[in-house]
Amino acid sequence: MNSRKPGAKAAAAQAGVEGPNGVRRVVITGAGTINALGHDVPTTMEAFREGRCGISQLDFRDVDRLSIQIGAQIHDWRAEDYFNRQQILLYDKFTQFALLAAKQAVAQSGLDFQGAIGLRSGVVLGTAGGGLNTWDENYRTVYEEGKNRVHPFVVPKLMNNAAASHVSMEFGLRGPAFTVATACASSNHAMGLAFQMVRSGGAQVMLTGGSEAMLCFGGVKAWEGLRVMSKDACRPFSANRNGMVQGEGAGVFVFEDYEHACTRGADILAEVVGFAMSSDAQDIVMPSAQGAERAITAALHDAGLNPEDVGYINAHGTGTAANDKTECAAVAHAFGHHADRLMISSTKAMHGHIIGGTGAVELLACIMALRDGVIAPTIGYQEADPECGLDVVPNEAREARVDAVLSNAFAFGGLNAVIALRRV
Amino acid sequence: MTDQIRDRIRAIIAEQAMLEPDQITENSTPQDLGIDSLGLVESIFAIEEEFDISIPFNANEPERSEFDISNMGTIMAAVERLVAQKAA
Repeated sequence: MNSRKPGAKAAAAQAGVEGPNGVRRVVITGAGTINALGHDVPTTMEAFREGRCGISQLDFRDVDRLSIQIGAQIHDWRAEDYFNRQQILLYDKFTQFALLAAKQAVAQSGLDFQGAIGLRSGVVLGTAGGGLNTWDENYRTVYEEGKNRVHPFVVPKLMNNAAASHVSMEFGLRGPAFTVATACASSNHAMGLAFQMVRSGGAQVMLTGGSEAMLCFGGVKAWEGLRVMSKDACRPFSANRNGMVQGEGAGVFVFEDYEHACTRGADILAEVVGFAMSSDAQDIVMPSAQGAERAITAALHDAGLNPEDVGYINAHGTGTAANDKTECAAVAHAFGHHADRLMISSTKAMHGHIIGGTGAVELLACIMALRDGVIAPTIGYQEADPECGLDVVPNEAREARVDAVLSNAFAFGGLNAVIALRRV
Repeated sequence: MTDQIRDRIRAIIAEQAMLEPDQITENSTPQDLGIDSLGLVESIFAIEEEFDISIPFNANEPERSEFDISNMGTIMAAVERLVAQKAA
């Protein structure tokens, strides 16, 4: 790349193959999901448009011993509808969700990874808890039930990279494959790295996103301890918000080299134009507005976007007291006067906080904004909070044409990851 | 009984704040003692374990919780109530 003559570089940029930085352009050519709102992308987007809430009473073993009993659980999940007996023995729920979403994404992209392209394609997925249901079930077996033997597949089932590995096997992706665990920012970090790999030429196609299946007794019990969970509802940015509500599910996308996608006549959902990450280096749970702002500003810079180009931000918006006001302060600072003109919503009040998979499911709201001109609302919004004084698209979806969007993720541990997309 | 409860709470808070128990007065706020939000959640957990009670506290809306954390005195009074309720 560096050996190219400036003239060749300019010509390539003009032809639309390369972005302003002289690197490859990256586009999204497939999307898949499963979450409490639906088992696929169209159903999920319909729920976004309708402002539907996927949060309900949790239903699993020992739920009566929890003080938090609500979540965005996929109640109608039947693994046997999608996988055979042997696969179910080997796949934790987080792997099942990832595989289902990946199959939808690949089907939409129309890609076939047989042959040389498989060698230049890979997968990077986010998850925070990995096979947490498998840990939970097997700890119960040995500690509570006192058994001294567990199923031989416990380790390959629970490992955090199981989903990425099974996705690579399913499609024959023989290039880079790994898993990123940065708590609530896992998916955004994963997608950002996938973007960088395609942009740099390290891979031609990357399957990316994330999945999480933490809704089991041990998973929710652990979260209860922090006392940041709501017992009744997720109300991001609302003055009476009282905590987050967990969800489960997955989102997987096909990130593809623009030239490759154009050559084969693929339908392009959106272009990924920028990514940045930052660390607060400050506190293990309390977020920092400066850390978040640095990631936002750097993502704009990476994308070559001016603040006023951005019409919509999918917020991290967890519905906790601390996150929402810190995030609004960061956005206000990063965007200056334009902060009052852009729209920012949190879809977590609909699909719950999907922890390591959340950024992936939320990217769907970004694609919907760019492609369909519909902004997903922040539902559950009841009372204005002066500390969250932005246009949070309260309760009802809105039609608006936007050209560029951001998706925020700010994790426990102070790890921030922001992605920028543009309409194609 | 009541003094005993207060002394036990004082000891828990002192350990969390890395102070001597007699430095914990009833007027001290968590802030005065250098206890941040995570330290507060940890202290509440330790109090729950010590007295085998369940404390209704949500870090998102401390001012709306039934458990008043304004200062050590209000915390002690609330714990006494919960211990009494448990005994009843």
